[in-house]
Amino acid sequence: MALTTPDLQALEEQVPRDIARTVTRGDRIFRTLCASAAAVSLFIIGGTALFLAIKSIPALQEAGLVSFFTTSVWNPTVGDFGVLGLLIGTIIIATVSLLVAVPLAIGLALFINEYSPARIRRILTSSVDLLAAMPSIIFGMWGFFALQAPLVGVASWLNLHLSAIPFFRLSEPDAPLLRSSFIVGTVVALMIVPIITSVSRDVMAQCPRSQCEAALALGGSRWGMIKEVLLPFGKAGITGAVLLGFGRALGETIAVALIIAFTIEANPYVLEQGGGSIASLIAIKFPEAQDLEISALIAAGLALFGMTLLVNLGARAIVRRTQIAA
Amino acid sequence: MLERLFAEHRLQLEVDVHMSLLDERPVDETPVPEPQDPELIEEQVPFRPRALVRSERIEILLAAAAGVTGSGVMCLLFDWTHVLTFAIWALLIFLVSIYLLARDSQSPIVATDRLITTLVWTSGGIAVAVLAWMLGYVVVKGIAGLNYEYLTSDMSKVGPLDDGGGVFHALVGTLEQMLIASVLSIPIAILTAVYLHEIRGRLAGIVRFVIDAMSGLPSIVAGLFIYTVWVLQGRGPSGLAAGLALAILMIPTVTRTAEEMLKTIDDGLRESALALGAPQWRSVMQVVLPTARSGLITASILGVARAVGETAPVLLTAFGSSSINWSPFNGPQADLPLYIYQLLRQPNPAQIARAWSGALVLVLLVLILFVLARVIGERGARVRGGSR
Repeated sequence: MALTTPDLQALEEQVPRDIARTVTRGDRIFRTLCASAAAVSLFIIGGTALFLAIKSIPALQEAGLVSFFTTSVWNPTVGDFGVLGLLIGTIIIATVSLLVAVPLAIGLALFINEYSPARIRRILTSSVDLLAAMPSIIFGMWGFFALQAPLVGVASWLNLHLSAIPFFRLSEPDAPLLRSSFIVGTVVALMIVPIITSVSRDVMAQCPRSQCEAALALGGSRWGMIKEVLLPFGKAGITGAVLLGFGRALGETIAVALIIAFTIEANPYVLEQGGGSIASLIAIKFPEAQDLEISALIAAGLALFGMTLLVNLGARAIVRRTQIAA
Repeated sequence: MLERLFAEHRLQLEVDVHMSLLDERPVDETPVPEPQDPELIEEQVPFRPRALVRSERIEILLAAAAGVTGSGVMCLLFDWTHVLTFAIWALLIFLVSIYLLARDSQSPIVATDRLITTLVWTSGGIAVAVLAWMLGYVVVKGIAGLNYEYLTSDMSKVGPLDDGGGVFHALVGTLEQMLIASVLSIPIAILTAVYLHEIRGRLAGIVRFVIDAMSGLPSIVAGLFIYTVWVLQGRGPSGLAAGLALAILMIPTVTRTAEEMLKTIDDGLRESALALGAPQWRSVMQVVLPTARSGLITASILGVARAVGETAPVLLTAFGSSSINWSPFNGPQADLPLYIYQLLRQPNPAQIARAWSGALVLVLLVLILFVLARVIGERGARVRGGSR
C-alpha cells in the first residue's frame, strides 16, 4: 500500500465541531451542587491551616516562636517547648525509609512492568495493593514483634563491617540496638513502597514502546534498554514518586509511636535505640496532655502539616508535569 | 463463526471496539470463551527479548546450587540459625556466581543484565514474602484468642491480667464510625469527581491542587483538625468526631479513584445523551454515573479500607473506651485499631494476646473489603468490555 499525502480538505472536515449545549435551570442547580461539594475540600484544607494556627498561638507565645523551632525540650509544667530534635528525627526516619524503599520499589515497578510473566504479575500487583491497604498499626505490631530480632542482627553487622561510614556508627560499642530509627525506618519503608511503586509504574508505562523495542532491536540487553531508555524517560516522574513516598514517611504516626524508644533530643546514631518524630510525639503525649501542652502539640502538628504539604505538592507537580508532557 | 474467530484472537487482534458490541449481545448456544486474564487485554504484555537457552539454564542452576551450599556451609560453620541470614548469604553468593559465570561464557554486558534481572526478581520476592510473613504472623498470633466470646464481649469488667474480655465494643465503634465517615465523604467525593471531570468548572484547577494536598495529609493532622474545631468546642470526644476525621481522609482517595473511573466512560455515551436532548444533569445522573457504578463502588470500598485501619485520628477524636458505647454522638468510643493500640501500650501478655486477636479481626475486615473491591471492580470492567 502506497502512502498518500493527506488531503487537507478532508483533514479539516475531521476536526470535531463545537458542541453547543443549552444550560437549563436543572443544570445550574446541579453545577452549584457539585461545585459546593468540591469546595468542601477547600474549606477543609484552609480550615486545617487556620484552626491549627489559632490554637497553637498560646504555646508559641509561651515558648517563643524562634525557640520552638531551635531547641529540643518538652517541659509542659513551665511551658518550655522546642521541637528541633523531633524535626531532625522525623527527617532521619524518613531518610532511612527512603534508602530502603526506593531500590525495592523501583525494582518492583520494573519487575511488574518489564520482567514478570503475566501470571506472576497478577499476584504481584495484588500483593502491592494489599500492602497499601494494610493498616499502619499492623505494620507497627509486626515490625515490633517479628522484625526487630532480624533487623538488630543486620544493624550489628552493618556497624561491625561498615562503621567507617558515619551513618553506621554507635555512640559506644555495646549500645542497645532495639527500637532504633533504623528499625522504624525499615518498617516505614515497607509502608511507602506501594505508593512509590504504583506511581513509578504509571510513569514508566508511558514510555513509548517503540523506543524500548528499538533499543532491544539494536542489540541492547534488557538492562541496557532500561538504563538508556526507560529510566531517563521516567526520571522526573520517579523523582516525584520518591518525594511522594517521603511525604508519606514524614507523616507516619502509629508504627513509629509503637516501635521507637521516644526521645525529645535528636539521636544522630541511627542504628541505636532512641529517636522520635513529630507525629509520634503527638500520638504519645496527647492522651495525658493538658491545656498548654495540647496547644504545643497542635503547634507541632502545624509544623508537620506545613512540611508534608510542601513535599506533597512539589511531588505532585513533578508527576503531573511528566504526565502532561507524555 | 465470525464471533468465534474474534474471540479466539482477541489478544492478538485488539479489536476492542468490535468486542464491546459483541459483549452486549445475548449469549448464544455456542459459549464464547472468556479470556482468562482481563489484565492481559488492558495492559501490555511484557516484551520478552529472548528465551533462555540450555547453557544459560545450566548456569542458573549452578549458581543456585553454589548459593545454597555455600550459605549452608557458612551457617553450619558459624552457627547461624536464622532463616533470613541463610537467605541473604545464599542470594549474595548466587549473585556473584551468576555474574562470574555469565561474564566468563558470554560478556560483561550479559552478566550485568543477568545480575539486574536477579535483583529485580528478588525485589518482587521480597514484596510477596513481606506480605505473606505479616499475614501469617498475625494469623498465628491471633487465632488462639479468637472465639465467640471474644467477638461478643467488651473490656469493661476485665482486669488487665484476667482472661476473657473481647472486641465487641471496638467492632461496634468501627462500624458506626465507618458508616458516618462513608455517608459524609462518599457523596462529596463523587460529586467532586463529577465536578472535576464532567463539569470542569472554573475551580477545577484549584480543587485538584487541594485534593492533591489532602491526599498527603498525615492522618494525625486530620485528627488534630477535628479535635480543634469539634472536640475542643465543648462537644467532647465522640464516634461522630472520629467519623468526621476519617471522612477527611476518605475524600481524596475516593475522589481520585472515582475520577479515574469517570475517565474510562466512553465519550460516545455522553454525546448520545446530549444528542437525545438530555440536559447535563440528566446525562450525568442517568447515563454516566450508572455506567460507572461498579467503579464508583470500588472507589468507595477502597476509601473505607484505607480509613478503617487508621488509629491516630481516632485517638485524638474518640479517645477510646473499654466498655460499649452504642451512641456515636456522645461520649468516648473505641474502635478496632485504637483498641489494639491501647492494649499494646500495656506491657503484659494477656493484653498483648488480646491485641493480636484484635489485629486478626482487623486484617480479616481489610481483606474482605479488598476482595470485595476487586470482585466488583472486575465485574464492572467486564460489563464495560473494551469500550475504553
